[in-house]
Amino acid sequence: MSTTASAQATPGAPTQAAAAATVGVESTDRSLTDAARPAGAPATGITGAQSLVRSLEAVGVDMVFGLPGGAILPLYDPLFDSSVRHVLVRHEQGAGHAATGYAQATGRVGVCMATSGPGATNLVTPLADAYMDSVPVVAITGQVASGFIGTDAFQEADIRGITMPITKHNFLVTDAAEIPQRIAEAFHLASTGRPGPVLVDVPKDVLQATTDFSWPPRIDLPGYKPTTRPHGKQVREAAAVIQAARQPVLYVGGGVLKAGASEVLRELAELTGAPVVTTLMARGAFPDSHAQHLGMPGMHGTVTAVAALQKADVLVALGARFDDRVTGKLESFAPGATVVHADIDPAEIGKNRKADVPIVGDAKETITELVAAITALQEKEGRADLSGWWAQLDRWRETYPLGYDLPEDGALSPQYVIERLGEIAGPDAVYCAGVGQHQMWAAQFVKYEKPGTWLNSGGLGTMGYAVPAAMGAKAGRPEATVWAVDGDGCFQMTNQELATCAIEGIPVKVALINNGNLGMVRQWQTLFYEGRYSNTRLHNRGSGGGEIEPIRIPDFVQLAEALGCVGLRCERAEDVDKVIEEAMAIDDRPVVIDFVVGSDAQVWPMVAAGASNDDILAARDVRPVFTEGPV
Amino acid sequence: MTRHTLSVLVENKSGVLARVSALFSRRGFNIESLAVGPTENPDLSRMTIVVDVESQPLEQITKQLNKLVEVIKIVELDGASVQRELLLVKVRAPLADRAQVLQTVELFRAKVIDVNADTVTVEATGTTEKLQALLAVLAPLGIKEMAQSGTVALARGPRSMSGAGTLRPVERSA
Repeated sequence: MSTTASAQATPGAPTQAAAAATVGVESTDRSLTDAARPAGAPATGITGAQSLVRSLEAVGVDMVFGLPGGAILPLYDPLFDSSVRHVLVRHEQGAGHAATGYAQATGRVGVCMATSGPGATNLVTPLADAYMDSVPVVAITGQVASGFIGTDAFQEADIRGITMPITKHNFLVTDAAEIPQRIAEAFHLASTGRPGPVLVDVPKDVLQATTDFSWPPRIDLPGYKPTTRPHGKQVREAAAVIQAARQPVLYVGGGVLKAGASEVLRELAELTGAPVVTTLMARGAFPDSHAQHLGMPGMHGTVTAVAALQKADVLVALGARFDDRVTGKLESFAPGATVVHADIDPAEIGKNRKADVPIVGDAKETITELVAAITALQEKEGRADLSGWWAQLDRWRETYPLGYDLPEDGALSPQYVIERLGEIAGPDAVYCAGVGQHQMWAAQFVKYEKPGTWLNSGGLGTMGYAVPAAMGAKAGRPEATVWAVDGDGCFQMTNQELATCAIEGIPVKVALINNGNLGMVRQWQTLFYEGRYSNTRLHNRGSGGGEIEPIRIPDFVQLAEALGCVGLRCERAEDVDKVIEEAMAIDDRPVVIDFVVGSDAQVWPMVAAGASNDDILAARDVRPVFTEGPV
Repeated sequence: MTRHTLSVLVENKSGVLARVSALFSRRGFNIESLAVGPTENPDLSRMTIVVDVESQPLEQITKQLNKLVEVIKIVELDGASVQRELLLVKVRAPLADRAQVLQTVELFRAKVIDVNADTVTVEATGTTEKLQALLAVLAPLGIKEMAQSGTVALARGPRSMSGAGTLRPVERSA
């Protein structure tokens, strides 16, 4: 504890022990020391910072996204010698979203780090984002030295208090000896049960203190016991309900992707013959090309997916949480449905919609057991006849297919651009969207066949997510083509990370859907505020509808070039394929295509906020007729 | 609205109270009273939380509480429990009124723990209802100041929240 005391007395200077340990490392060839050391090997008399880096190595971290500062500086010194790759971002928000994108694309825990105070508070948005979308992320923040905590010291913020409601859990490390255990616990918490972000706050003097390191540490979380194994009785009851259903729907959420349950989901779907809808967080969990896939439900879902939920007699919710964007007005959601709700988080069950058959468990284990139980029932009773239901669903599918009209003024259609991008880049590419119209179109018009190919900010709706998340995804899966589909509003929030991409060799591609407006807000102003476009116009392109020269502020091609990327521009439909192929051919630098599109395109279908799903509009003023009623 | 008393065993670590109280405000749950104190196990604290809700949100409260990593166990204490609050009340008691104050103290099996020329300070324990009744009688005499604790409670009978023959926890799963 004497080292702690001395560090408090001189917060800027490392302790003698820390300095000695650091000098010892620095005096020899870097590549032969820390990088060559086996992960998890015990050590004595090292600094807290070295212990933390060794813990990261031992837990299997290959990459972190971060930006140093005063309080976390001691950690950056041993990190310099580590096998862990550090990607230096331009803004801590970028580090947080990059960790999220990395985690969503690879299934591993994403790691970000920042210094105390403003560094840490810049992580707040991405942590809230990862919390809402249940993404396994560990954030490591430096904190002012223990003796300064609570004194409003320079760059002090109570990041533990600030992030309590937006993390699965968080720690303030008070003793260097705890470091391996806290890191192991953070990764365990982030990646098990319902995944989520975990923050570990480490005061500067704890990083500088002398300590010992051994691995693996004891994980001591007596209050944390996630239920992964579903209850057999509940599974049998659910199987009986599903077997008896005549109008079932499998309502698939992001939990299926997190559990790696796509294969068993397909088995379940094909075994029961039931239609499948995949939520915004679950795109890619079930192939879009599969005949049983009705598409995405919700506010901008397909008419058939929305109608199927409304008319279902049995809803089988798998890793989904009855979000308001899916249910519309809750009181009128799926009124005739018996609900089977399987989720790993018991608090989701019954939160919004009463579950008739609740199942707490991991989606993969649950679906596997459901398949076995339903198979057993079918051996006795045969397979349920869903032909009437499918006849109804197919009529809806034929009458109300997903589509769009080309703009009357001849402007480039954003939907067309996104549709062509999906066809040219194909189902192996990773698509990463911001938030707004372009996000919905990318969810609708790109065809997803595989898990981990669609990343977006679903729950929090974080504008600016796409570029840094794409960076994280590409860093984690360098062999994949990663496309950020971004809007010009979103892009201007976080495009600085393209400089990171260019310098760190992370060649992402950006399809910038540039309509010169905050498009989704503008759409709502068109529909609900008599076209009064209050503060949604980002630049004045085409404001008079005549011969006005487009104003390019910023000029995204020049901006891209300035950030070390290739900048391309496309303004005509006939150039779309060519420019996408040109971008696909570049793999040594990031590419940005500025697709200058019309500003009046709208996202359809749409269930207005607060309206019933029954009132879905297939297009403006086009109200589907569902009077045929239940089959 | 119905009152529910939750007995919550939590890890005795800094920040747990903030986590629990923030959860209640964030999720829009109302706390009627909350008392925190040590237990027979130095690693654990007990929070006794009285909430006033319908049964549906109560389930959501206990499920969200159970998600907190530092929450070990939650038991809902129903009628088969003993529940007490502590009240300290400083009452005006000039000589003319003093006999009446002391008589009231006696009636409620309370105690005088401080006395001076103008006031007496009374200590009383009991259920919320009993303490309210005491305050109602003392109020006309003039209450100068009072301090009241939240409810603390234990189940009746031999069972406890930890060890052999434990009380049934509120379900972690649905």
